[in-house]
Amino acid sequence: MTDVSATPAAAAASRSQGAGMKTALRWGLYLILGLFAIYYLMPLFVMLTTSLKSLEEIRTGDLVALPREVTFDAWAKAWSGACTGIQCEGVRPYFWNSVLIAVPGVLISTLLGAVNGYVIAQWRFKGANIIFALMLFGCFIPFQVVLLPMARLLGLMGIAGTIPGLVFVHVIYGLGFTTLFFRNYYVTIPQELVKAAKVDGAGFLRIFWSIFLPLSIPIIVVSVIWQFTQIWNDFLFGVSFSSAGTQPVTVALNNIVNSTTGVKEYNVDMAAAIIAALPTLLVYVVAGKYFIRGLTAGSVKG
Amino acid sequence: MAKWFETHLPKIVLAPSFIAVLIFVYGFIGWTAWVSLTRSKLMPRYEIDGFIQYDRLFASPRWDTAMNNLYIFGGMFIVISLVLGLILAILLDQQIRVEGAIRTIYLYPMALSMIVTGTAWKWILNPGLGVQAMVQGWGFENFKFDWLVNPDMAIYTVVMAAIWQSSGFVMALFLAGLRSVDTEIIRAAQIDGIPTWRVYTAIIIPSMAPIFLSAFIVLAHLAIKSFDLVIALTGGGPGYATDLPATYMYAMAFSRGDVGQAASSAMIMMLVIFIIVVPYLYSELRAKND
Repeated sequence: MTDVSATPAAAAASRSQGAGMKTALRWGLYLILGLFAIYYLMPLFVMLTTSLKSLEEIRTGDLVALPREVTFDAWAKAWSGACTGIQCEGVRPYFWNSVLIAVPGVLISTLLGAVNGYVIAQWRFKGANIIFALMLFGCFIPFQVVLLPMARLLGLMGIAGTIPGLVFVHVIYGLGFTTLFFRNYYVTIPQELVKAAKVDGAGFLRIFWSIFLPLSIPIIVVSVIWQFTQIWNDFLFGVSFSSAGTQPVTVALNNIVNSTTGVKEYNVDMAAAIIAALPTLLVYVVAGKYFIRGLTAGSVKG
Repeated sequence: MAKWFETHLPKIVLAPSFIAVLIFVYGFIGWTAWVSLTRSKLMPRYEIDGFIQYDRLFASPRWDTAMNNLYIFGGMFIVISLVLGLILAILLDQQIRVEGAIRTIYLYPMALSMIVTGTAWKWILNPGLGVQAMVQGWGFENFKFDWLVNPDMAIYTVVMAAIWQSSGFVMALFLAGLRSVDTEIIRAAQIDGIPTWRVYTAIIIPSMAPIFLSAFIVLAHLAIKSFDLVIALTGGGPGYATDLPATYMYAMAFSRGDVGQAASSAMIMMLVIFIIVVPYLYSELRAKND
């Protein structure tokens, strides 16, 4: 594989081997990359085609075949008619639950992360680094270790099984990440900026509001996308801390797929899965660059 | 007073988040640790009674299966994702014309919920209408691929789906690493007539050691926390053949009503993560402070 390199010297080396050899290797390279592209796309393709087939066609046809007759019935049923246990309202109400959980969860945790990062990076005081390290470690804990006490606390607070309860949980356990994003971003801004602003009479909040926030658009986007993806895709908190009417879409999807009553409707399952995946897929397609920055923040040293 | 307020405002602003982390991360870990040392059953009790829950845990065949599965799943998932990610990154680093599009395709599974991934692979791998039926339909009547419902093989379907989901992310990490290798050194090596594969094995790949470490940490972390994928793909079954520590903990906490077992299994998960993450975090923070 390594012979197919196109770095300058490698190109020079292969020139001596003859142009024919080089072309063949290039074709081989593209072929392998293409096969892997098919591998990554295949499940999405199968989900999509299955969701557009009738049950009859699924039973008699081939897994990877295109639908002979395209029907959107499964999509309609997945959205508003499929059964999650005893209720048969599709994923629609749960989709909106996820929106109601994600929007405040993302906004509050991002805002708090911005303020925290600003303090830790720009208003250093004794112990700030230890505070940061303690918050950072919170990103890494397996959430199983907080499930039991959190369930009790939500009960004591009277918000067990409610959407505000889930927002609260997501904000708390998202704080470490959002603080990390903003701290690492603000730490690259020279401290002279704050000093100069202080000389000019600006205070803590004023400097944050009129100097730092306007500089922060890229990292706000990273934080919003990260938190949105985390909260939307969450299953553990959703399944542990929700009740019948407040489940997020991931929990509803799992209930639809694994409900044991009636005929298994694979096309409806697949349509429901795509609906549950659409918001984060859309975010990824529109703002992939920022999505990757969030993923790699903290794991690759800049 | 106003002056005092202004000078302490940064700390006042940070305080609520810090207190929240102290309570909801460290306090809660402490609570779970405490309860793991009691005879709690359906409800938590607070009289310490030694390591009885851990004795029960280590004597439980189901926990044994869960830990074995974690070794198999974690080991294969980490190694294969690293190898595949590295190979894909090197292949993509050869001035490919449509690199952006290919990268997007390789990485998109990372944007999906594990529940969605599990649902998709469950459908693809189901013996009745999935891959097995498809290949049989092509005329290979004796083709057999029933791992999803085979207790001995089901854990490997979890490995397959997890690699599909995460290998693109490892590729992105390595690709960023390849792009940051000093091109001068590579050029010098090539002028000396060192073959390309040697440049990779002797210079480029060793210089990416920190990225191997980061990728390892992220993947190990994903493996230990794996919960949703198992729930959606196999439900922990057949039987409890694909249980992982996370699903064991959940079952004890919410369906078996065994708080003591739930707490002690969560503490073991915590310990495993601690062993992997703390040295890493420590070196990271030290390096940044220097």
